[in-house]
Amino acid sequence: MGLTTQSTGAQVRKDFSIPGPGKRTEKVIALAGNPNTGKSTVFNSLTGMNQHTGNWPGKTVTNALGRYQFGNEKYLLVDLPGTYSLLANSVEEEVARDFICFGQPDVTVVVTDATSLQRNLNLVLQILEITDRVVMCVNLMDEARRKGIHVDLELLERELGVPVVGTSARMGEGLGTLKAAIARMAAGWPSQPRQVSYPPEVEAIIASLSPELTGLIPNSRWLALRLATGEEAVLSSLGYNQQGNAKFLSAAGRETGSISPDLIVTSIVTEAEKIYQKAVRLENEKPNALDRKIDNVLTSKVFGFPIMIALLGFIFWLTIQGANYPSQMLAKLLFGIEDWLNGLALWETLPAWLHGIVVSGMYRTLAWVVSVMLPPMAIFFPLFTLLEDLGYLPRVAFNLDHYFNKACAHGKQALTMCMGFGCNAAGVIACRIIDSPRERLIAVITNNFVPCNGRFPLLIVMASAFLVTGAGFLGEGLAAAAVLGVIIVGIVMTLWVSKLLSRTILRGVPSSFILELPPYRKPQVGKILVRSIFDRTLFVLGRAVAVAVPAGAVIWLMANITVADNSLLAHGGRILAPLGWLMGMDGFILMGFLLGLPANEIVLPIIIMSYLGSGSMQEMESLAALRQLLMANGWTWLTAVNVMLFSLLHFPCGTTLWTIRKETQSWKWTLLAFLVPTLAGIIVCATLTAAVRLLGLGQ
Amino acid sequence: MKSQSMPLSQLPFGRRGVVRELRADTGSRRRLLDLGLVVGTPVETVLRSPAGNPMAYEIRGTLIALRNAEAGQIIVDML
Repeated sequence: MGLTTQSTGAQVRKDFSIPGPGKRTEKVIALAGNPNTGKSTVFNSLTGMNQHTGNWPGKTVTNALGRYQFGNEKYLLVDLPGTYSLLANSVEEEVARDFICFGQPDVTVVVTDATSLQRNLNLVLQILEITDRVVMCVNLMDEARRKGIHVDLELLERELGVPVVGTSARMGEGLGTLKAAIARMAAGWPSQPRQVSYPPEVEAIIASLSPELTGLIPNSRWLALRLATGEEAVLSSLGYNQQGNAKFLSAAGRETGSISPDLIVTSIVTEAEKIYQKAVRLENEKPNALDRKIDNVLTSKVFGFPIMIALLGFIFWLTIQGANYPSQMLAKLLFGIEDWLNGLALWETLPAWLHGIVVSGMYRTLAWVVSVMLPPMAIFFPLFTLLEDLGYLPRVAFNLDHYFNKACAHGKQALTMCMGFGCNAAGVIACRIIDSPRERLIAVITNNFVPCNGRFPLLIVMASAFLVTGAGFLGEGLAAAAVLGVIIVGIVMTLWVSKLLSRTILRGVPSSFILELPPYRKPQVGKILVRSIFDRTLFVLGRAVAVAVPAGAVIWLMANITVADNSLLAHGGRILAPLGWLMGMDGFILMGFLLGLPANEIVLPIIIMSYLGSGSMQEMESLAALRQLLMANGWTWLTAVNVMLFSLLHFPCGTTLWTIRKETQSWKWTLLAFLVPTLAGIIVCATLTAAVRLLGLGQ
Repeated sequence: MKSQSMPLSQLPFGRRGVVRELRADTGSRRRLLDLGLVVGTPVETVLRSPAGNPMAYEIRGTLIALRNAEAGQIIVDML
């Protein structure tokens, strides 16, 4: 539900599917606020609907709608993107501003953070300039109390002229009062919103322009201010000139733009500071002292990186180890269902090929994808969300930004990469947190260079079966080192390709890196579990299933349609053999990667299927048996290394490609996201193979 | 005592300053202003990333990370 810059009032309401003011059966409530004020938690608590919340500035890029009832009235709550201001520097700000101006909500609730009111009040004052139907919600009162920050809510209410309600949405504190205040405001509570007093020269221009702008939405003072600061572009993008509004155009035609926007912002900030000084009292001079102590360790030269690596390593380890047993259980269950399906009498009346395509093709692929993907995701995503909730992730971006800056990319790309370890499709979605479109595309295209959960098993099996001769503890250590090596290759490739893209098709200088490091917060463990399972795990799994079922049919057909004494799979393997040889692999391996498009987990089963010449995907009983089979088909250590490298450096899986298409709205970038890693893989494997063969080491 | 002017990126660790001038161009200027970083705002250097760039500053009760390129566009008087 993206908003375009051409939004007019009607268009804005249509985007949100909201009727005009006269035709409403329910009150429309807009929820605005700075990023990271717990706005989404307020939204969830009011509506009871679960929406994803993260301790990350600028997270809510999409909009969420929710409903609740209070008294006899129904309310429709619209969650606007978190913004620092409404002066429209970004798409998020445009969305929020357009909705407040032209969506004509019955009430706008501004959610603020009690622990950083000074900055939050800027947005409150800006919204009060647009509408008088405002309720200010001072959230995170519990955090403020803990830090010895006292907020005088009554005084704030007198100063601002609109209702002010203190809440701790996480604990459910103050929400009843908030609903009551919203109801009063929607019913026409006589508010007297505080107006920012501007210097005389600004007030003079407002006075001279206002008469020509009366009767226009949102109000003449606000429109005059935008004109006075030369924001005609902003205004025309709001649809005024399309509407051909004579009044507005005559005012806009007058030479304005004589006032510097700095002056306006300075006046607002000064006003906010005045109110803050009156309404807030600090028990101690440094309320964030504890946070700073933690920060000094987590971002220090000595401990910053080791802690980061240890934390991520621990999460991977938990994911891989923890997923093992549930994966086996799930596989047993799902393949048990396959046996049951096969036993159905139904098949006796139907042709054998239909039986094969449905059960051995579609169902088995589906079962495979679900059993290997679901458990690791169900472990990884909650752990990752926990780090997000704590507020640790912005510190990761802070630590790593230097390296991304050098690659002309954005520090937040580090976070999208972390997410990619769980699932590249989820990593691609996470790229929404990067504001600059250029840097977002770089992050999307390079996300596939971090191996996801689906590729880890193949990497581990290859490392254990081929690179490690000694068994036991030392062997496991070596295998782990090999997998770690592949991850490092991926990170180096990410930075290097990011730089290459910045120099070529995505040319540009790094955008500004202005990142808020929010206060650490106590995570809500129960909610994390629910949210990460529903919002991330099931979402990604749903897309994977949608890709796996048709692909399963194709794989089965390839393996079972015989032309000239050979299956299509075998023919494909033969056709790809020269390229395979060049890359130090063979044609069947490449076929495995191609047919493994729906999910990386099925690449190895397809390769085994081709070698065994059977008609459906297989798994091997033991590592030793696998090693024997592969050696019998001409594998050497070089083949295994190339398979590991190509697993890291090849086209994203079907789910990720589909997600890239959805996120970029472009086939061109989707194609590029396919080609860039694939070409990188071909070049790397071919170069390595040629070098090894030249040196005569490839035995 | 005459106060000393310098780019924010050179404000010594743990020292406070007051913004005297914003030299950033339109895009990042607006973002800095939105965070309340107007002329006269007190700032303090509080965190250094492992590579020394970016750094994080306390601005109006919040912690904001800036690359040295951006912080270099902000001129402060050291207190």
